[in-house]
Amino acid sequence: MHLRSRWLAATAFGLGAVGRADVLPEDRTDVLYHRYEGGGLTVQGPSVLVRKKFGDSFSASYQYYEDLISSASIDVLSTASAYKEKRTQHDLNLNYLHGSTLYSAGFIYSKEPDYKSNTGFLSVSQSMFGDLTTISFGYSQGWDTVGEVDHGVVVQSFNNGIGHANANHRTWSAGVSQVITRDLLLGLNFEADENDGYLQSPYRPVRFVDPFSIKGYSFGLAVAPSTRTGTAGSAQLKYYLPWHAAVDGSYRLYGDTWGILANTVKFGYTQPLFTDWTLEASARYYWQSHANFYSDLYPYEDSQNFTSRDRELAQFHSLTLGLGASWEFHPGWPHWVDKGTLNFNYNRLHINYQDFHDNLIPSLVPGDEPLYTLDANIMQFFLSFWY
Amino acid sequence: MMHSCRPRYTQRLLAGLLVSALLTGGSLLVGCSPVQPWVKPYEREHLADPIMSFDRNPISSGYLDHVFETREGARGATGSVGGGCGCN
Repeated sequence: MHLRSRWLAATAFGLGAVGRADVLPEDRTDVLYHRYEGGGLTVQGPSVLVRKKFGDSFSASYQYYEDLISSASIDVLSTASAYKEKRTQHDLNLNYLHGSTLYSAGFIYSKEPDYKSNTGFLSVSQSMFGDLTTISFGYSQGWDTVGEVDHGVVVQSFNNGIGHANANHRTWSAGVSQVITRDLLLGLNFEADENDGYLQSPYRPVRFVDPFSIKGYSFGLAVAPSTRTGTAGSAQLKYYLPWHAAVDGSYRLYGDTWGILANTVKFGYTQPLFTDWTLEASARYYWQSHANFYSDLYPYEDSQNFTSRDRELAQFHSLTLGLGASWEFHPGWPHWVDKGTLNFNYNRLHINYQDFHDNLIPSLVPGDEPLYTLDANIMQFFLSFWY
Repeated sequence: MMHSCRPRYTQRLLAGLLVSALLTGGSLLVGCSPVQPWVKPYEREHLADPIMSFDRNPISSGYLDHVFETREGARGATGSVGGGCGCN
């Protein structure tokens, strides 16, 4: 039993809210170790990001990312046994600066035993009004190949005997970064995506009432629509406080043709301390409605055209609290390194599902099990160098 | 049976917001006189402070976005890196 990948979103789209178009990204290297642990799932691994300028007009970056997964989650234990696997991802990004315009192009490749993903993207950013405003536009396209693996063996009967399925993705984005005052920044982002093909997980079956089963229910194949279109809009504000600190807030609204409506609110606080420490705290609240065709328990098999019990499509709300610390140092050797930082981030995630029940807890009546909750610890430890 | 698409109004709202933003931006771009920067270069000391960056550590924010995106139905407009696996 293996993972389902999600399509790769457009890497370049961050330029809309966070970037400047009159300078190239700074030369830096980050080496990160990440660990996620919660709900019977552990995902950990390294990541390396290298950025380098070439002359005054070109820069390139490359990122390697790895997930080592050990899973005994509720989805896995419901119908199969625990498993381990690895996913790797490679990102290449090229930038060209011409005047106040920054052109970017790149490619992302991700591979795991049952999922391969290729994504290409283009974006352009332009600074204007004395560099108080930066606007950006981007486009990305992804081509994925989805399969199914059972105990390390590719399932040949997957997708009616074809053995694999395809999924295609297109994303358009627009962003504005605006200096409001000498202490206040505003970022606006808009993104629309269009997806078609195999858009579900082969590992998340649906549950339906079955009077002939001892438990009172059985599992069957999910059938999701083969198209999905979503739009998201967000606003971010960041304010410089008089005692050399910063506070930020953001809001995002998302809606799609599957019926999911989601709100995300986030607040953060950054406080430099002494001369070489920076502390951070954040809180993020997320709420979503369920997909139109989602159900935790269907009245009988094939009771609808489209069915899903994927908890990503359930109704739930979540709270994430985060703390971070960063220590800056100047190594002096090698001579080309200007400075470095040692960073540790910790986030605690709590999800309350509102229509996804914990079927691993026995119940006399199917669907009367307690609602599922998820608690996870998310840690990052990374070292950064500027040169 | 699939129900009607409930969030169409949301998409119309988002599309409306985008169109309004583009129209507003367009009016500024074709305005009669050049816009004078209201925050002068020598007044940008606070804005240039690294703590004022929306994305101080892209490798870190990209990882967190990845964690959220693989567990939530929503995606996009985060102003940061996305992508990755969805974990069962």
